[in-house]
Parts: sequence; C-alpha cells; structure tokens
Amino acid sequence: MTELLYGPDDSALDGNAIGGVLYEIFGTEMTTADATCGHCGKTTQVAEAIVYLSALGAVMRCRTCTSVLAVVVRKQQMNCVDLSGLAALQVS
Amino acid sequence: MAGTAVRGRLTWQVATVTSVRPETASVRTIEFDIPHWAGHEAGQHVDVRLTADDGYVAERSYSIASAPGEPLELTVERLDDGEVSPYLTGELRAGDEIEIRGPIGGYFVWDGDDPGTPLLLVAGGSGVVPFRSMLRHRARTGSTVPVRLLYSARSLPDVIYRTELDMAGDGAEVVYTLTRQQPPGWAGHSGRVDAELLTEVAWPGDHRALAYVCGPTAFVEIVAAELVSLGYPPDRVKTERYGGVAAP
Repeated sequence: MTELLYGPDDSALDGNAIGGVLYEIFGTEMTTADATCGHCGKTTQVAEAIVYLSALGAVMRCRTCTSVLAVVVRKQQMNCVDLSGLAALQVS
Repeated sequence: MAGTAVRGRLTWQVATVTSVRPETASVRTIEFDIPHWAGHEAGQHVDVRLTADDGYVAERSYSIASAPGEPLELTVERLDDGEVSPYLTGELRAGDEIEIRGPIGGYFVWDGDDPGTPLLLVAGGSGVVPFRSMLRHRARTGSTVPVRLLYSARSLPDVIYRTELDMAGDGAEVVYTLTRQQPPGWAGHSGRVDAELLTEVAWPGDHRALAYVCGPTAFVEIVAAELVSLGYPPDRVKTERYGGVAAP
C-alpha cells in the first residue's frame, strides 16, 4: 500500500462525492455513516473521508492517517468493492 | 438504465430541461422536469450521466441550486477541460433530456430545524450553489435563523446569483470578497478568505454556530482549519470539496 506522504492534494474530494455510488451499493444514504479506520481506529462520517475519483472508480482514505479505507472499481455494469481497510461501517 | 424511481432505491431517471439561463459568462442554471422526482433537501446533490454515441459514459456530481419544494435546478460552471460541464453549459437546450440520479447526501444538508443555531456559510466560487438552496429554503419557510454568507469570487462579474443575494435581507447577511479584480470604488473585501476576514465575518466560536464550507479543495481545507482555530468544534464545520478547480 502506498501512503500519501503529504496528505491530500488539491484534486482530493471528500465522501460527499461518492454518496451516489455508495447509495447504489448499500441501498441507503451513506455520507452520514460512521466509518472506522482499520489502521488508526479513528471514526468519522463517510462524508469527511478523503476521496480520489478516476475513470476506474474511487479510493477512500482516512483523513487522519491517510490509509486506504475503501476502493470501488466499476467494471461493465458492476461495482467491485473492497472494504478491507475499514474496521467498521455503521449506518446511522 | 433509466427508469421509474423505486422507493428506497437510487435509480437513473430521465430529466427534461425546461429552461437554461445564464448566471455569469461561464455559469448556467438549468431547470429540469423529472416525472418521479422524490423531492430534495437543501445542500444535497445529484449525479449526472452522459452517454456518448460510442457508449462512453461520463458521470459528474452537481449540487442542487433550488430549494426543497421547487423544481430541480442545477447551476453548472463550465470547466474548459471538462468532459461534462461544457456540454451542460454550452449545448443543452430546453426540451433536451439527460440522465440524473438523486437526491444524494445527508451530511452536507441544512434542514433549518434548529432556530437557535446561527448559520455560517463560506463559499469559494461555484461552491455557493448549495447555499443558494439553503438561503431559499430559509426564506420559503419563514425561518428566523440568523445567517451569514461569506462568498469568495474572482471578480464581481463572476459572482453567481448576485441579484438574488443582494436582496437576501431579513436576518441574512451576504459578504463578498473579490480575489483577483475589484471594480473602481469597491468598498467590499479583497483577497482570499483568511483568519482576519473570518474573525470579522464569522459568528464567534462560542455562539454554537453551524458552519458549512463549500468550494475548491484547497479553499475548503484552509477555511475549515481557520474556523476550528477560531473555536468552532470540528463537528460543527461541515465541508464539501469540489476538487482542483481554479481557486476563486
């Protein structure tokens, strides 16, 4: 895993930007869900996480320690979701 | 596939453009008719999907500009190197159809339910769009919540919704700062939003105000950090970042 050395850059968005795709995946509003980082243990709302978007999909990182929390890759009509960086994801 | 909205699911729907009106040289407000629109809250956004003839798909998120209860309006700034915004601002005409899904988001939402909580809105450039929805919602519901909008724009002609914002009144204050060009005799603020300007405009940290900050990522990072320095608890500063567009 590559760590961000200097924190988020100007292209970084936040969890608001993946509200749509997360709703599509989980079937409910997710920007207010509590996400707990599997690396540093910090819990914040999904909206507050760092998010990078590209043509391939989205990478969500912890705003405290920048570890990868989740990756969503779009392939054909399918979303491949990796949540292994999360210790917990609690829908409020 | 666009289809009928199913309760509890987020589906792509066909939206028909009912009007396009210019806000500034590079910004357009587009009103849509969506037959099964479920309604939205102030501060929410939608995803827009464009599909090219060759099947290439581009999706972008745009904040909702209209108040809850009003027809869906999006205000879009043309980014010259963008894939979607040049089409939305330059090509779209009344009667055209695009695909939209939403409303999306629960974090960057203001429901106006707490009349004792002053509202601070800090906008960089087109980050003012969700705040127009909040201000209209406040006016339509007769809310007496005191609100201050601090709006950073490059120049006066770049100010979106200027006529509407200048008439805000009634407990709503709008403060502009112009970062690049000021008209002759400009009596307002100049330069970027910094600690000094926030100290002057923001409700003091002990007022238990609720702050919303929206704009380019660099702008949001700076403003949010300064508000926390001024005594705003981090959980009272809600942020929405538009990415690396030119700083206002």
